[in-house]
Amino acid sequence: MKVELEADRCVASGQCVLAAMDVFDQDDDGIAILLDEQPAVEHLDGVREAVAICPAAAIRLVDQ
Amino acid sequence: MADILTDPAPEAPEAVPEFPMPRESRCPFDPPPTLKQLQEQGPLTKVRLWDGSEPWLVTRYAEQRALLGDARVSADTDSPGYPTKASPDAGEGKLSFIMMDDPEHARLRRMVTAPFAVKKVEALRPAVQRIVDGLIDDMLAGPSPVDLVDVFALPIPSLVICELLGVPYEEHDFFQEHTKTMVRTTATPEERGRASRDVAGYLAGLLGKRLAEPKGDLLSSIAGRITAGELTHQQATEMALLLLIAGHETTANMIALGTLALLQNPDQLALLRETDDPKFVAGAVEELLRYLHITHLGRRRAVTEDIEIGGQMIKAGEGVIMVNEIGNRDPEVFTDPDRLDLTRDARRHVAFGFGVHQCLGQPLARMELQVVYGTLYKRIPTLKLAAPVEHVRFKTDAFIYGVHALPVSW
Repeated sequence: MKVELEADRCVASGQCVLAAMDVFDQDDDGIAILLDEQPAVEHLDGVREAVAICPAAAIRLVDQ
Repeated sequence: MADILTDPAPEAPEAVPEFPMPRESRCPFDPPPTLKQLQEQGPLTKVRLWDGSEPWLVTRYAEQRALLGDARVSADTDSPGYPTKASPDAGEGKLSFIMMDDPEHARLRRMVTAPFAVKKVEALRPAVQRIVDGLIDDMLAGPSPVDLVDVFALPIPSLVICELLGVPYEEHDFFQEHTKTMVRTTATPEERGRASRDVAGYLAGLLGKRLAEPKGDLLSSIAGRITAGELTHQQATEMALLLLIAGHETTANMIALGTLALLQNPDQLALLRETDDPKFVAGAVEELLRYLHITHLGRRRAVTEDIEIGGQMIKAGEGVIMVNEIGNRDPEVFTDPDRLDLTRDARRHVAFGFGVHQCLGQPLARMELQVVYGTLYKRIPTLKLAAPVEHVRFKTDAFIYGVHALPVSW
């Protein structure tokens, strides 16, 4: 599974960081940064949560 | 007249319900019963507003999220069909980027996102803990009963946003009073306009001072955008006004109304009092955000292109109102939605809205509420309501729902 982030769409709500702190961070302006494109299995629930709650629909989890 | 006579007899028109609807006084935490009935009937329905206009009311979670995330839906109050709130807005100018669409919305919003990033907010937690502890110390040292709104719920967000912006808290009486007027639906347009202009004038003055002598606060950063030619003085003032008022009534009402909801649900209150797990407290905050929903008048938008959704065709130029308080009670998404259950996973709630306009201050609001709910009931375990609940006056007359006062003793 691979995580895709469209940072251009990000509105800096910070919800992805709260859902999966090992996978997402924010830059100086609060815009999301992807730390790990292929997170370990134990982080996938958090990533799925981030996908579900991202208000800008900027995060996707895709099969490889 | 002739047209009417020759046209085929119209079917008996279904009554279009008026919005907003009265709440059931028996349960002040639940949405109006009519809203629940409408949600059961379908995701969208027409309602009538104070001015006779008939926008769509969107009652189900999935359709609310879809529309709030749709670029064909405009937040610009000048868009044709935009549902007007209570009366013509006499305020000058727009309340900054929340009343704009992309790309201008995104350009302005990104200028002030930095201090609200999760880790920056986390760094403020010890300071907020000190504020909360200090206010509780004062409460315990002072008389009982006392109005929790006055001595605790309102000072917390007020102190925090003043610190962040760089607004002197000593002047809080002035802008708290004006903020109250700005969100009171029973205020006349003139009163709201005057309150808005007075606070804007005050903030414009502060911005002027920061232009001359910058400090490390958010007002200085906004003033810097004027110097850089990215904002006019007027735009900068509107932005400062938005940030000052957005944090006030919202968080304060979550603290007071949340405390009342917990006092009415002692088993749930006990869970908060007994836990030492910050994750549990964070989850409890999400559930209280879902359950209470203080922005009871909904998110308003205008549709700029035809959209087919929920079995309906919404036409360009029609208004839509997403009532998130009922979306948060959608049984398709939350089991037994009318029960306050601090142990449930409520993170998908739409209390902060959805889409590009989702609340910018939400990490700050979450942190403040976590500190409050994680501290108050432990430090004052005997906290109780000091008047019959029937005597508590609820803010049905404000854009932000809550209580006017909450008498408590211990």
